[in-house]
Amino acid sequence: MTSDTQREAVVAIPTDNGAPADNPVAAEHDDVDRTYEHDVNGVIRTSDMDVFYGDFRAVGNVSLSFAFNEITALIGPSGCGKSTVLRSLNRMNDLIPSARVDGEVFYHGEDIYDPEVDPVEIRRRIGMVFQKPNPFPKSIYDNVAWGVKINGFKGRKEAMDEVVEQALTEAALWDEVKDKLNDSGLSLSGGQQQRLCIARAIAIQPDVVLMDEPCSALDPIATLRIEELMIKLKQHYSIIIVTHNMQQAARVSDKTAFFNVELDATGQRTGYLVEYSPTDELFTRPRVQQTEDYITGRFG
Amino acid sequence: MQPAGARSAGHTRERRELTRPMALKLGAVDNMKEQLKKRRRPGERVIIGSLFFAGAISIAVTVGILWELGKESLLFFTDEVVSVGQFFTSTVWQPQAENFGIWPLILGTMLITVIALFVAVPIGLASAIYLSEYASPRVRGFFKPLLEVLVGIPTVVFGFFAITFVTPILRDIFGTSVVGFFNVLSAGIVVGLLIVPLISSLAEDAMSAVPSSLRQAAYGLGASKLEVSLRVVVPAALSGIAAGIVIGMSRAVGETMVVTLAAGASPRNFNLGSDSVFGYILSPFEAAQTMTGYIAITASGDISYDTIDYNSIFAIGLTLFVITLGLNSLSRRIVKRFRQEYD
Repeated sequence: MTSDTQREAVVAIPTDNGAPADNPVAAEHDDVDRTYEHDVNGVIRTSDMDVFYGDFRAVGNVSLSFAFNEITALIGPSGCGKSTVLRSLNRMNDLIPSARVDGEVFYHGEDIYDPEVDPVEIRRRIGMVFQKPNPFPKSIYDNVAWGVKINGFKGRKEAMDEVVEQALTEAALWDEVKDKLNDSGLSLSGGQQQRLCIARAIAIQPDVVLMDEPCSALDPIATLRIEELMIKLKQHYSIIIVTHNMQQAARVSDKTAFFNVELDATGQRTGYLVEYSPTDELFTRPRVQQTEDYITGRFG
Repeated sequence: MQPAGARSAGHTRERRELTRPMALKLGAVDNMKEQLKKRRRPGERVIIGSLFFAGAISIAVTVGILWELGKESLLFFTDEVVSVGQFFTSTVWQPQAENFGIWPLILGTMLITVIALFVAVPIGLASAIYLSEYASPRVRGFFKPLLEVLVGIPTVVFGFFAITFVTPILRDIFGTSVVGFFNVLSAGIVVGLLIVPLISSLAEDAMSAVPSSLRQAAYGLGASKLEVSLRVVVPAALSGIAAGIVIGMSRAVGETMVVTLAAGASPRNFNLGSDSVFGYILSPFEAAQTMTGYIAITASGDISYDTIDYNSIFAIGLTLFVITLGLNSLSRRIVKRFRQEYD
């Protein structure tokens, strides 16, 4: 890690030690019913996080705080590490043998990279929706029920029916599939498959839902439906979304983090956080020139 | 506009630098019909012809085998001492006494195949799951070729392994009075070991072909590695796995050397009414001759050509052919029917 690749990001949102009274994010959500104590620093907070693939530093020095019941968008040009950051938040990067995370990622104040922490428990609480819809080759019903079952659901069939119906309803898919729950999940259209994947993710009642470019494989109408769904879902879940589409970030998110990528002397591309602000500010009054260049389409 | 102008300038420069291929430079526009005329490519025809010939050989061989089997079987069945009914219903195979009922031989083959599958399916599946889901690339790079080396070992070596290693161990465990020197269990176990690499390799291919997006989806739902392997990957690869098992089964049915050496040369003649089903008919500790074992011994023995005994092996061969053909087409059906299409 060379010091010249370390930059200071401009962060308009406190990531550390914000006193509760001064913290607008926490104050705004005092009315939300949660069974646990509110962490003023948000549901997930990263502190000087670096992600490496082998010796290659894919993204460096990311300090971000993701708020409860909000949609946070990660935007930036290709290769800037935004997906890498997202996957580091629920330890999906563990599945890549060479991947390593330095720095800290706090979830409700606990460092998820602590050796004592079980990544399976993390992923159960921090769910994920992927770029390409990836339903299991099972029935629509079983797609939703699967995650619930492996997480120790012991209830009767009627209770499971209820869980499945509720998840599909929440994912705005119930009306379209209620008469064909035994059809294969793969028989649905792309947009329906993606909503099925969302239903599957929320059926296990996670805390946070990570979405990695969830609409990039979808047509504009399906995209719009997913976006509406996300806005509805944020009442119950904290959502972090990676998107290539700046309009999408502007439409759905409450806060936006802009990442960029730089080449070092050896030709390595390392992503870094440029600016993190409330979405309307970032798109109307960006504080950093690079952000402005990106959102006005001058590069990327 | 500045950028547009710059782009078109770049365009013309690029075009000027293009050199046309020689052949295209030649012709003028007037004899275009001539230029575009279909050319003959005799070399290509020769190659296509020989490729077709190579492909046709395997079909011709199959047809030839069927023809020969059918012809000789016909001689067998038209002989006055046997009838088709006796062949497919009698449970006594005594060529010396002119008893030609195929069931004792089918019984031997079935027993060995079932024992072999009991050995090969768990080991083959477990090793496939390990190789596909757990092994690091280095371990896999070491184990997979090793497993495939097993396929190359001559089956006669496996046969000796059965009588010099497995049979003595079985007789130690169960007692020499219970386990005969020639017994179905030893042969079945070793045939099972023989088809482990086949099942493992086919199952591993099927599991590796399961898209990693499905694994990721499962991990994202908080599944453990074991849950991902057993409850996502294996079900998704089930058609390939089942096909592999059926192919392994057809290999076990056709296996000759091990069963000839280890299972003995006496057909297990039985009487459904009087013989104990588990004590004798299905006993793994007794000897039994299989269809292949009988063919091998009879064909290499001193029985003269064109006798009824000799012709009987063709009738058995035809039965064997039909069974393995049935198994192989079953495996194709399984693959087709249950294959999941992922894009």
